[in-house]
Amino acid sequence: MEALFSMTTGVLAACGLFLALRGRTFPVVVGLTLLSYAVNLFLFSMGGLDTGGAVVLGDKGGPHADPLPQALVLTAIVIGFAMTAFSVILAMRARGDLGSDHVNGNRVDEPREERS
Amino acid sequence: MNHLIVLPILIPLFAGLGLLLKREGPALPRRLIALAATVALLVCGVLLMRESAGGTIQYYALGDWQPPFGIILVLDRLSALMVTLTALLALGSLCYASAGTDEEGSNFHGLFQLQLMGINGAFLTGDLFNLFVFFEVLLIASYSLLMHGGGKARIHSGFHYVALNLAGSALFLIGLGVLYGTIGTLNMADMAARAPGLDSGRLVLAEAGAMLLLVVFGLKSAILPLYFWLPRAYAAAPAPVAALFAILTKVGIYAILRVFTLIFGPQAGSLANLAQPWVWWLALATLALGGVGVLSSRDLRTQVAYLIIISVGTLLAGIGMNSIDAHGALLYYMVHTTLITGGLFLLVDSIARQRGKAGARIVRGRSVQQVALLGTLFFIAALTVAGVPPFSGAVGKALLLQAATPGQQVWLWPILLSSSLAAIVALSRSGSTVFWRASGNERSEARDNNGDTPGIGALRTLGLLLLIGASPLLVAFAGPLSAYTEAAADQLADHEAYIQAILERHRTEGDS
Repeated sequence: MEALFSMTTGVLAACGLFLALRGRTFPVVVGLTLLSYAVNLFLFSMGGLDTGGAVVLGDKGGPHADPLPQALVLTAIVIGFAMTAFSVILAMRARGDLGSDHVNGNRVDEPREERS
Repeated sequence: MNHLIVLPILIPLFAGLGLLLKREGPALPRRLIALAATVALLVCGVLLMRESAGGTIQYYALGDWQPPFGIILVLDRLSALMVTLTALLALGSLCYASAGTDEEGSNFHGLFQLQLMGINGAFLTGDLFNLFVFFEVLLIASYSLLMHGGGKARIHSGFHYVALNLAGSALFLIGLGVLYGTIGTLNMADMAARAPGLDSGRLVLAEAGAMLLLVVFGLKSAILPLYFWLPRAYAAAPAPVAALFAILTKVGIYAILRVFTLIFGPQAGSLANLAQPWVWWLALATLALGGVGVLSSRDLRTQVAYLIIISVGTLLAGIGMNSIDAHGALLYYMVHTTLITGGLFLLVDSIARQRGKAGARIVRGRSVQQVALLGTLFFIAALTVAGVPPFSGAVGKALLLQAATPGQQVWLWPILLSSSLAAIVALSRSGSTVFWRASGNERSEARDNNGDTPGIGALRTLGLLLLIGASPLLVAFAGPLSAYTEAAADQLADHEAYIQAILERHRTEGDS
C-alpha cells in the first residue's frame, strides 16, 4: 500500500510541477491544482498509513487513526479550493485584459522583444 | 486567560466583515470604520507591548484547549512589537488611501482589514499549521489588494505573484507534513521540546522539512534566488497597498527568526542552527544584488522595491549572524525599515501624481507642485533609508555592524556599506532628476488652474508624516526602543522559558 500511495503522490506532484511550469495560464492553474492534490494526499499519509484504525472518539480498543492529519488536510482542501477558484478567475481576467493567455502576456504571433 | 491577546485578530476580522456588508454608497462611513479599527489595533498593540515588557510569556488557548493539543496564540516581546509595528504602518497607509485610492476599486477597506488580521495572526500564533492558515489569509487578501483598481501591469504581475505563492503554499504544506510525521506535533513549543530527542532515522527527514520551510519563508521574505517576483509586483501595486506590503516581507523574516531560533535553535542537538549558514550567505548576495537593482532601476517605484530587497538582505544578515546582539539590532532595523519603505512608496505616489505623464519614471519632466513639502520628505526619507546620520537608518545599521563578530565583519561591513552607498548614489540621482531637472513651472501651474492635479491634500500628508516622520522619532527614542528590542532578542534566545511557559501545565499534569 505504501508503494502505491507514494507513487500516486509522486506522479501527481510531478505532473503538477510540469504543468505549472508551462507558458499558458490554463496549464499553470491545472498544474497548481494537481500539485495541491498531491500535497493533500501527502499530508494525509503523515499520520502513518493503516487500515481498519478506529476513530479517536470513544474508548474502543485497537489502533486509532491519527485525527490531526485529517483535520489538516480538510483545512488544506478548503484553502486550496478557494485558491483554485481565485486563480481561474484571475486567469480569465488576464486573458481579457492582456489579450493573451500567456503568463508573460506575450501574444503568440508577436516576437517577445516588441512587448517588453 | 488574557483576552487582550486575541484582540489583534478579532478587531480586524469583525471590522473587515462589517465592511463587507456595506459596500456601496458614500465612502465616508467605510473610511471611518476602517480608521477606527486600525486605531483600536494600534492601542491594542501598545497595550500588548506594555503587557509583555515585563518579560512573561503568555498564551491564549483558543476554545480553552490546552497546549500542546489546542491552537494557541503566544504573546512575547517580539510578537507584541510586530503587532504594534503592523498597526502603525497600516494607520499611515490607510490615511493615505482614504484620500481617494480606496475608491478606485471595490472592497478596499474590507480586504485591508482582513489582510491585517492575517498579518497579526501570523505574528501571534504559536502553532505551525496555524501559521500556514494565517499566511493564506494574508495572501488571499493581498492577491486582491495587489490588483485593486485593475490595469494591465497589475493583472500581469498579479498572476505571477499568485502562481508563485500557490506553489509556495504547496511547499509549506509538504514541509509541515514532513515535520509532523517526524516530530509528531505542530505546536512550536512542543516541537522545540521534542526536536533535540529525535532518533537518527528521522533526523534527515526533519532536516528536509525544516529546509523546505526555509524555502517558503525565503519566498515570502524575498531572499536572493526567490525575490524576482517582488520588484514588479510592488511597483505595480497601488501605493497604500505597496506600503502595507512592506510588512509582508517582514512576516517571512519573522517566521524564519521564530522557527529557526526556537525550534531549530542552538538547543536542538543535531538539528541546531540549520538555516543560519544558508541565510547568512544568501543574505549577503541579496544585499549586493539589491544595490545593483537600486542603481539600475528607471522608475521610482521599482527603486523603492529594490530598497526593500536591500533591507531584507540586511535583516537576514542579522539572522545569519545568529547572536543575541545581532537579533536585537535587526529588530530595531526592522521597525525603521518597515516604516520608512512604506512611507517611501506613499511619497513616490504623491510625486508621481504631480508630475503628469512623467509619473514615477526617473526622467526629466514636469516639476512637482509642492516642491518644499515633497522635496523635504524625499530628502529625509532618502537619507534615512540609505542609513546616513542623524536618521534612524544609521542607528540601525550601526547596531548591526557592531553586532558582527570579526569573522563576519570581513564580509558584512564592505557589502552592507557598499549597498548603502549604492542607495545614496541612486537616490540622489533620482532625487535631483525629479526635483531639479524639471521643465517649465508655468505650464504645470496653468494645468493646475484647470483642476488637473491639486496638492496632495491633508489626509495624504498625514499618512506621509506618520510613516516618514517616524524616523526622527526612532532616533529620539532610540534608547528605549533598542533596550526593548534587545530584551526581545534575549527572550527569543531563552528557549527553555518559552517551552516552560506554554507546556508547564501539560508537564505537571503529566507528572502527577
